[in-house]
Amino acid sequence: MKQERRDRHRSKNRDGSIRGEKSVVIQAPGESLLDADSPREDDRDDNWGETTTVVTGTSVDSISNEDLTQLSKDSDDSSALECRRYISPALGAILGFVSLITPLAFLALPQLLWRDSLDPCGTPCEGLYISLAFKLLILLISTWALFLRPPRAALPRFFVFRCLLLALVFLFVASYWLFYGVRVLDPRETDYRGIVGYAASLVDALLFIQYLALVLLEVRHLQPAFSLKVVRSTDGVSRFYNVGHLSIQRAAAWVLDQYYSDFPVYNPALLNLPKSILTKKMSAFKVYNLGEDNSTNNSTGQSRAMIAAAARRRDNSHNEYYYEEAEVERKVRKRKARLVVAVEEAFTHIKRHQQEDAVTSSPKHPREVMDPREAAQAIFAPMARAMQKYLRATRQQTYHSMESIISHLQFCITHNMTPKAFLERYLVPGPTLQYLDSNRGRRWTLVSEEPVTASLRQGHVFCLRRLDLSLIVTVTPLPFLHIAEEFIDPKSHKFVMKLQSETSV
Amino acid sequence: MSFVPGQPVTAVVERVEIQKLRQGENLILGFSIGGGIDQDPGQNPFSEDKSDKGIYVTRISPKGPADLAGLKMGDKIMQVNGWDMTMVTHDQARKKLTKKREDVVRLLVTRKSLEEAVKHSKCSYPKH
Repeated sequence: MKQERRDRHRSKNRDGSIRGEKSVVIQAPGESLLDADSPREDDRDDNWGETTTVVTGTSVDSISNEDLTQLSKDSDDSSALECRRYISPALGAILGFVSLITPLAFLALPQLLWRDSLDPCGTPCEGLYISLAFKLLILLISTWALFLRPPRAALPRFFVFRCLLLALVFLFVASYWLFYGVRVLDPRETDYRGIVGYAASLVDALLFIQYLALVLLEVRHLQPAFSLKVVRSTDGVSRFYNVGHLSIQRAAAWVLDQYYSDFPVYNPALLNLPKSILTKKMSAFKVYNLGEDNSTNNSTGQSRAMIAAAARRRDNSHNEYYYEEAEVERKVRKRKARLVVAVEEAFTHIKRHQQEDAVTSSPKHPREVMDPREAAQAIFAPMARAMQKYLRATRQQTYHSMESIISHLQFCITHNMTPKAFLERYLVPGPTLQYLDSNRGRRWTLVSEEPVTASLRQGHVFCLRRLDLSLIVTVTPLPFLHIAEEFIDPKSHKFVMKLQSETSV
Repeated sequence: MSFVPGQPVTAVVERVEIQKLRQGENLILGFSIGGGIDQDPGQNPFSEDKSDKGIYVTRISPKGPADLAGLKMGDKIMQVNGWDMTMVTHDQARKKLTKKREDVVRLLVTRKSLEEAVKHSKCSYPKH
């Protein structure tokens, strides 16, 4: 029953518009927008109406190199979606370029077109030239530092602030050009100093817009205002994070960043209860059908009766669970002890070869000098079995192939690590980032009841879903702090003996 | 009753003999003590000299063995069965009083009224 409800729910998501729940796609770069289900995506896009998939990873004056390389990688995809993804960064880049060229154009055009009739302009103009040059340089450097970064997440909707800033810059530059065209180009204005001052004011204003961009895009969300609780649905691992004022999609991208480095990797082999305990409960009762022939009605009656009877029966499964868990833990600890001993012993077989040893070692017994890879292979043999048994006991064997173990061993030997340092990778399940191959992007779906560009508010809940697990994020505001002051005189720390004790005899 | 460290102490004492009463498993005397060299002498309500760290009787149970023997509240205990009580810790004093093997304790106690009585009696005898 639950399964079909879940399917229905999922199909509603595919239509995308019922009851205000919109599911949109967050996608990290490096993975194609379209994979196996590409034709379905096209249909979905036609039906989606207001949920546009404008993917912006960049900002005002920027070029995203990653997007360009991405374009070359995916050659067999429909170009319509890809173009939509790159429109915004291209627009931003064009706008940025234009706005940087504009002051120079303002200066150059009168010189080119009506040089002879211009008023000569001596020292004040040169001063303005210098200040203009430096301001343009600063603008260039800060644009490079702030905005020219490869995007790390492809968000489903417009980034409102970025669009605002792009529009602002466009309006600004357009109005300056309009004014310039009407007042300077048409009547062939001769006051060159005024023109230079005009160009300087444009650069000033651009610097201020960049300041505004810095504040809106980078600084505003630094001060923490909300606490997000992130719970993984499959095994209940949870974390709390403090964020500032962000929109839901940006908060989702941020949470995913933290997810990859904070959450231990999800191991589907470690489930809650071993099957032996669960199935024992169900198979204890057999229901006999005495004579009646209406089998359809009896099915629900049967199951209900079974459940009721199972609930009444004295439940010993917690006992079995406890003992089974104690047993598993004991086994793991034993194997871990064996592994640790084996690794320690293996590491004693090997020693770093010092240069001066070459002179003192006798020529009769030359020691074989190996490079790290061979050394790793040499000492891997004695510990291989213990390692394999341990990995199998903790169900990690899928994450570590023999090749990866040997290369990790080689790495540890090269950097003079102790056996304990070598083992830390296997004894503790590390963060998910450790097991990712970095060239593949990760595909997540953001499920939320509010539009994803709304900013965070108390009580919001949204989910980040992947194929096998999902993260449920709850938003709570950080409490307002009343901090009062109390002054303690350092001379007031005085002590007396305790009161007399009285004993009755 | 004040003492100067290093100088011998002189006091007028009264001999009090208390029979311990058996109550269940314990032998009780029926009074409470306070004081000791590990306690704070300033808190003692009965001592004249607030630096006196001796053992004082702080409470008497009415009709108990101590009451019947004539022990009064505020008495300073100088000796118990021969053991000195002027320079002991609180716990040592308790132990000396509650020895299970003895069922009678002989205390030497002193109080201010004793001094007065002696002085009075000295004065009332004309010196011939």
